[in-house]
Amino acid sequence: MSEPAIQQPATTPPQPKKPSNLWMENFKNFYKKLRKNKAAMIGGFLILFFIIVAILGPFLTPHDPDTPDVVNKLQPPSAEHWFGTDHHGRDIFTRIIHGMSITLYVGFFSVILGATFGVLIGIVSGYYGGRTDSFLMRCMDVLLAFPGILLALAIVSVLGGSLRNVIIAVAIFSIPVFARIVRGSTLAVKKLEYVDAIKALGASDIRIIFKHILPNVTSPLIVQATLSIATAVLTAAGLSFLGLGAKPPTPEWGAMLSEGRNYLYSAPHVAFFPGIAIVLVVLAFNILGDGLRDALDPKMKK
Amino acid sequence: MPNTNKSEENILEINNLQTTFFTEESEVKAVDGVSFTIPKGKTVGVVGESGSGKSITSLSILRLVDKPGKIVGGEIKFKGENLLDKSETEMRKIRGKEISMIFQEPMTSLNPTYTVGQQINEAFKIHEGLGKTSARKRSLEMLKLVGIPSPEKRIDQYPHELSGGMRQRVMIAIALACNPELLIADEPTTALDVTIQAQILELIKDLQQKLHMSVLLITHDLGVVAETCDYVAVMYCGKIVEFADVKSIFNNPQHPYTVGLLSSLPPHDRDIEGDLPVIPGAVPSPDELPVGCRFAPRCAHASDICNTLPNLVTNENGNQVRCWIYSDKWDGNPEVEVNAERTT
Amino acid sequence: MFTYVLRRILQTIPVLIGVTLLVFSLMHLIPGDPAQIMAGESAPKEQVENIRERLGLNDPYPVQYWNYISGVLQGDLGNSVRTGRDVTNEIGVRFWVTVELAFYSMILSIFLGLIAGIVSATRQYSFSDVTLMIVALFGLSMPNFWLGLMLIQWFAIGMDVPSWIPFIENTAWFKPSGWGSFEQIVLPVITLGTGGAAIIARMTRSSMLEVIDQDYIRTARAKGAKERVVVYRHALKNALIPVVTVVGLQFGALLGGTVLTETVFAINGMGKLVIDAIQARDFPIVQGTVLVAALLFVLVNLLVDITYRYLNKRIDLN
Repeated sequence: MSEPAIQQPATTPPQPKKPSNLWMENFKNFYKKLRKNKAAMIGGFLILFFIIVAILGPFLTPHDPDTPDVVNKLQPPSAEHWFGTDHHGRDIFTRIIHGMSITLYVGFFSVILGATFGVLIGIVSGYYGGRTDSFLMRCMDVLLAFPGILLALAIVSVLGGSLRNVIIAVAIFSIPVFARIVRGSTLAVKKLEYVDAIKALGASDIRIIFKHILPNVTSPLIVQATLSIATAVLTAAGLSFLGLGAKPPTPEWGAMLSEGRNYLYSAPHVAFFPGIAIVLVVLAFNILGDGLRDALDPKMKK
Repeated sequence: MPNTNKSEENILEINNLQTTFFTEESEVKAVDGVSFTIPKGKTVGVVGESGSGKSITSLSILRLVDKPGKIVGGEIKFKGENLLDKSETEMRKIRGKEISMIFQEPMTSLNPTYTVGQQINEAFKIHEGLGKTSARKRSLEMLKLVGIPSPEKRIDQYPHELSGGMRQRVMIAIALACNPELLIADEPTTALDVTIQAQILELIKDLQQKLHMSVLLITHDLGVVAETCDYVAVMYCGKIVEFADVKSIFNNPQHPYTVGLLSSLPPHDRDIEGDLPVIPGAVPSPDELPVGCRFAPRCAHASDICNTLPNLVTNENGNQVRCWIYSDKWDGNPEVEVNAERTT
Repeated sequence: MFTYVLRRILQTIPVLIGVTLLVFSLMHLIPGDPAQIMAGESAPKEQVENIRERLGLNDPYPVQYWNYISGVLQGDLGNSVRTGRDVTNEIGVRFWVTVELAFYSMILSIFLGLIAGIVSATRQYSFSDVTLMIVALFGLSMPNFWLGLMLIQWFAIGMDVPSWIPFIENTAWFKPSGWGSFEQIVLPVITLGTGGAAIIARMTRSSMLEVIDQDYIRTARAKGAKERVVVYRHALKNALIPVVTVVGLQFGALLGGTVLTETVFAINGMGKLVIDAIQARDFPIVQGTVLVAALLFVLVNLLVDITYRYLNKRIDLN
């Protein structure tokens, strides 16, 4: 399934907090709650581990990810090649380690991009209301009308297949969820009397948005971002699998899977291990996201 | 004199009931050794602030305490048989048939996806094995009995189409469908408007007479108690601090807590000048209960001996009180007059 | 209720216009000259001009959009640049294959998801609950195309079974490609349905747990109802209401997922059609397929919303 996170977003806006609540305080609270939640901690440490692997791993792997070694092609897992070799004789374990940074990069970057636009749209929509709001929200409805991976697919098909375009496509694909969450929270905060009061005192819109509205949406935003990264990784891998993302010989996991597809009979391990890698990374983000939601959004807690 | 009665005249006898809530960090004794009896055909009120354990006591009787709560000790004798020894199947035959219960929140106590009729029918189906047509006939009768206007129309409506008072009447209809011998009403009027409250209480009293039921009424409202109850148990922090007939409670309260509760009631015979007296302090949190008398930290008369837990002692009137003041061991002011503060 | 349905239908109109606008714009968002790209880098000038003419790319945008939308309204989605075939026809041939695949997968998702969710919720924190929820977490973290490949390897290519197990020698029970026979349907449906099952299971569980805590459940118990009746008659009916929305959204994910599943199992449906068209730079087909899928999804969501409203009206009048 290509979009696990969208189905259970933390869309319930939290009760807006009083203005004295600043960023720092939010962050401290956040960490305190997080430490109590075992699942969140496990997910967090897994992701931290993956990040370290992405940074340091490439220096430690025994083989070169790109150099073909035709003599040793399609070798099953062994002491020399833990995950075996592919059809060019390249060490799959090495390639997976090298692919980690690509996967994390695509995941983080597309979600940061999508979230930034989503937050902007959501704030403008919720804060200014009226026609701007209806127009922007209809636009989001249009984006959501494309089922699953199809929107990203259409975008990549137009822009052409490359890793950069996959990031753009996945980013656009994740905008609506963020826009909706932020819009909801903005509306809730806007209704509070104190916002009128500070407005009357002459606070600028920008100031109100940054000091009073954004701090209130951080929790649901963080939860959604985490879950969105899981979706983004799956979507990006799917696009590469379809030949619309990273191109060989890039050690992108979806592309590796696509290559492994041709050797299911003779060398099933070629397709097996990249898939496991994807599962583990997505799982880590999903666990963290679930944990964060339980910790930060008591309404959803069960 | 409830406690001198023999068991066949009491419909329910609770002895040393203990219900505890287990969480990872702590055990909270929500009901901590509660004992009282309900004489046949009488109404017993249990009064206390929220968190006193009165609702849990009532849920314990039907063994409906939700996890992580658990009944850990004592006995609940209904018509001489201990309910705590019954199997779950046997309990189900008692629930809704011999002992029924109505709850505080009529707005949420009815299933939103079934009609009023379907929900009353269910009681008949479960306990009397009635078919659809006869169950419906009986349900209509019940709706009439609880005073719902145009029952033929109401029976096919969903709960959201009814007002709070109406819904509580439906709850009562469900509870009384199979002529129970004991009705447990857990704050039945708290969530309702004042005028509706009176109507519902009147209805319960009325039906009690008609159907010869006994009633256990859980409430935090002493006014409700005065109107409906024959006996009153006052609960504080999981323990009964006073048990007496309703007259004694109002005319001659013994426990300083009861006295405090009564003096915070607005008197209806004269105007109040200034603020009503309130009991100082707050109910202690259940995991930080005082070792001795639970009320001692808030009690104006507290003395050294109050650091030891007093027993529930029966006095010459057959009423019970849990307070050192009435014992020989009292080491505080020998002239203490608990009742005095009511008039100030 | 009627006014709600009407209002809801009216609400979808701007969305539909937006969808057609976006699909129409796809062609114009192509960096460079779309006609050149479709014709191929080294195509002769006349051929490029020919394509440009055929697609009406010389007209001003509003005229092009008008032509496009009036075509769409008459069921004309244009012609393939490569083969010249009618796009509506091309999609029509494959439409039901994809809908069947999505439909069966949906049934599987709902069936497995509900059972797992109910079992989990009624035995909260038990061994089966924990196991099921871990499986569900894996299910929704798994790329379905990978699951498809693994299923092919395990149950189509098959593995040899140890000789001490009687009757079975090999697990090559199903076919790795195509669509139609039972042996062909099983693996793609499992592939596509697993993620949905996981999501529905999680949703059902949390919804059930929320409902089990409600006052009316206590009322049912106080009536003397059996636990089975309490769970299935009183809790489940209420718990399913929010699950309905998830099922609707899930249909979209499934529809999108058919692209990958059809690619893995070489099923000749809309998903494969769109991928082939993208690779051949045959944009009218891409546009047509994406549009049809979006319309289908909008329609399903409309139905789900109306159902939800119908189920929910008893609870909440506002």
